[in-house]
Amino acid sequence: MNRHLLSINDLTYEDAVLILDTAAELAKISDAPVKKLPTLRGRTVVNLFFEDSTRTRISFEAAAKRLSADVINFSAKGSSLSKGESLKDTALTLQAMGADAVIIRHGASGAPARLADQQWMTGSVINAGDGTHEHPTQALLDAFTIRKHLRPGQKDLSGLKVAIVGDVLHSRVARSNVLLLHKLGAIVTLVAPPTLLPVGVESWPVEIAFGLDLVVAKSDVVMMLRIQRERMADLFFPSEREYSRQFGLNGDRLKMMQPTALVMHPGPMNRGLEISADSADSLQSVIVEQVANGVSVRMAVLYLLLGGSPLSAENSKVLSDKVVI
Amino acid sequence: MSKLTLIGGITAAGQKLNITISGNKISELTIDTPVAGNEILDITGSLIIPGLVDLHTHLREPGKEDAENVESGSRAAVKGGYTAISAMPNTDPVADTAGVVEQVFSLGKAAGLCDVFPIGAVTQGQRGGQLAEILAMAQSAAKVRMFSDDGHCVFDPLVMRRALEYVKMFDGVIAQHAQDPRLTIDAQMNEGEISAKLGLKGWPAVAEEAIIARDILLTDHVQSRLHICHVTTAGGVELIRWAKSRGINVTAEVTPHHLLLTDDLAESYDPIYKVNPPLRNVRDVEALREGLADGTIDIVATDHAPHPTESKECEWQAASFGMIGLETALSVVVKTMISSKLMNWNDLVDRMAIAPARIGGYAEQGKEFALGNFANITVVNPNKTWIVNKDASMSKSRNTPFHGLELPGVITDVFFNGARVLQDEKVIGKI
Amino acid sequence: MTNVMNGADISRALRRIAHEIIERNRGSENLVILGIPTRGAFLSARVADLIAEIEEKPIRRGTLDITMFRDDLRMRAPKALLPTEIPLGGIEGTDLIIVDDVFFSGRTIRAALDALGEMGRPKTVQLAVLVDRGHRELPIRADFVGKNIPTSRDEIVKVHLTEIDGSDEVLIEGQR
Repeated sequence: MNRHLLSINDLTYEDAVLILDTAAELAKISDAPVKKLPTLRGRTVVNLFFEDSTRTRISFEAAAKRLSADVINFSAKGSSLSKGESLKDTALTLQAMGADAVIIRHGASGAPARLADQQWMTGSVINAGDGTHEHPTQALLDAFTIRKHLRPGQKDLSGLKVAIVGDVLHSRVARSNVLLLHKLGAIVTLVAPPTLLPVGVESWPVEIAFGLDLVVAKSDVVMMLRIQRERMADLFFPSEREYSRQFGLNGDRLKMMQPTALVMHPGPMNRGLEISADSADSLQSVIVEQVANGVSVRMAVLYLLLGGSPLSAENSKVLSDKVVI
Repeated sequence: MSKLTLIGGITAAGQKLNITISGNKISELTIDTPVAGNEILDITGSLIIPGLVDLHTHLREPGKEDAENVESGSRAAVKGGYTAISAMPNTDPVADTAGVVEQVFSLGKAAGLCDVFPIGAVTQGQRGGQLAEILAMAQSAAKVRMFSDDGHCVFDPLVMRRALEYVKMFDGVIAQHAQDPRLTIDAQMNEGEISAKLGLKGWPAVAEEAIIARDILLTDHVQSRLHICHVTTAGGVELIRWAKSRGINVTAEVTPHHLLLTDDLAESYDPIYKVNPPLRNVRDVEALREGLADGTIDIVATDHAPHPTESKECEWQAASFGMIGLETALSVVVKTMISSKLMNWNDLVDRMAIAPARIGGYAEQGKEFALGNFANITVVNPNKTWIVNKDASMSKSRNTPFHGLELPGVITDVFFNGARVLQDEKVIGKI
Repeated sequence: MTNVMNGADISRALRRIAHEIIERNRGSENLVILGIPTRGAFLSARVADLIAEIEEKPIRRGTLDITMFRDDLRMRAPKALLPTEIPLGGIEGTDLIIVDDVFFSGRTIRAALDALGEMGRPKTVQLAVLVDRGHRELPIRADFVGKNIPTSRDEIVKVHLTEIDGSDEVLIEGQR
């Protein structure tokens, strides 16, 4: 497995399945009285969040703590984008602290790649969402949730039909999900107005539909994306009502879904815009479970990225006389 | 007066030629060994070409002297074989008055390494509204002939029309930075497969082509002269080809980096590849090379754009647009156009010296070697290669995308108005 | 390669261990038997079957994966996790038997004890192993041993079981 998780493209099919399998075992342990594993004792994991995202940060923090890692939360709102400390200086600081892994959330696409590629620090970099690029652990937890419900006991998601609905253009969740779901054998349909699909989407391994009615009945999973109200001002769609009418998951469309099909949403939801309250709270909704599964998946990622990796050179100098392996 | 004779050189046309320089001019041209008594410089096997002329250079002075100044930019120019460069007006303050263009002009004279011709702003503060005092700049000591809001597009069609009309008074030219600002809000890279994958905001080709098309039609309508800066798209080349076939007075430039690099380099998220206009795809690069070869695109211009390290050592979105290019331009053109047999050295001399001087109205530059002409001569060893090292750059900045690349063509000597300003690959400053 | 136990030897050893466990614990009432995957889990299942057969009643059983409790994670590539199955009722107050195939440095068992510590507090914890090859690095001993096999450090002890290897045998590889 790669040392970093910046994109789903960093994972082979086998890596992805290994993460899901490991997460499944860890979820079982977490269900048992065991809440804490000593696996990453003595390792330092830094949550470097340039954007507010309490749910993602808490999920990673819980995952790292259950593996006994030391967790440092570094809220760095006001990056070089707003003339604060530069990404480079932040990285050098983290290196000096001896960070074994840095979990980074950043408003700029590619910021995690910059952190990983430059010789600023030696630890693993995990992308917790960068701009409109990717959010790989979200895709992994979505795949985990889908597999658990619709392909229990199997390796991948072969043949499942997944609809991803909404603002694909600005969605890092959508990009990671398209890559991972395709890798795991699912058939993905993007459902969005052309204004909210990127130019170049033709090269993605997906089908496209311009209305939810066209796909809702035949989908095994309907994954709704958050739509930001500001998009209206940028002319991506004329009104909330019109968007909601064509692309929202409402009660009527919920009834058209297969009884076993799942409703998903990465959160936070705009109830009444892209998803109605009755859809979000329906029996088919696994939205709350997605959050719970996030911890197991992130534990798996941390374990698989950090297990086996030697200490960073800086660290080992300081710690070599203390640590007996 | 001491005389220096360059012996053994070969012209772009492949002819042996010995050039004797007296003072600042060419005093003798022979094929046989010249009379004794002259100082001799043996350059057997090297090419002798007219000093190169750049119509698109950012020298950052006044205002951003940490990135570059006229003197350091001149050094980079000389290292790259240029004997004339053109300073874009997006300085601080903007070169939109006779005072600022004269300041830049005199800084160039003071550096004394090559001609530095200021380009004036089209509009006051490059804000796209009121016209700048174009005539005052034209009549100043700097004798500005080319005007551009480079970095910004002259977007308002009425302003563009008026500017094109106004410069007819002195056979001036408007150099347009073709970029529809509404279609490129926060744009980061070429819009296409790669931008979709990387989640970087797309910069559509049409944002460039729509302005080129409009300005061609405006130029035709008011019978003026238009120059299109840094064309990057296949569609843009096609539009210019059409305009020329209709006899419309439009010229165009392409940068060396757009002849060689493509948008997939952005996959590293390394902003060294972030440039305005953005790197495009392979089809565009092929069209640009073809256009340069067949003369649709008249010239190569560097768009040398120095930036301090911190402006590139950051997130892609936070980084500045631009690349330095004076020192690598000739070699990149040799690699992309001559090594690929699309052009010969005669074509290169036309695209990089003769045509730029003609478009810019630089009477003493870009001349074939002839008795009595100013001795602006560049000596190139075409058979040697070199490896680009950003830290060895003469520029104050290090933002070259070609670092580590092996390129053909080593410039060994440059004569500017008779003075040997580059000697054995080393820039000789004025004492 | 030397064969040090054949199928019959292994069966005899496991049957003896089953009897010893029952004897030591005065029946099987309070027993929970946990095998360490992979081969320890199969051995554990066999011992549990034997105890159930002798005592004529089912015995609580499961598996315990110790991967996440190892102290040498920095030195080896991360492994896929193996199943941990704790029987209903948990391990609190039980007489708990850990079963493994080869007893060597003692580090696996230390990790197992750590894992158990997270799950509850058994009344006693006992260790049953098919082979004890010596070279302990920790103060840990086995309660029930199928066979003591003195080895040198460089040798490799291989336990093959019908369930996954197609036959029952114990082999020693390396210089003898």
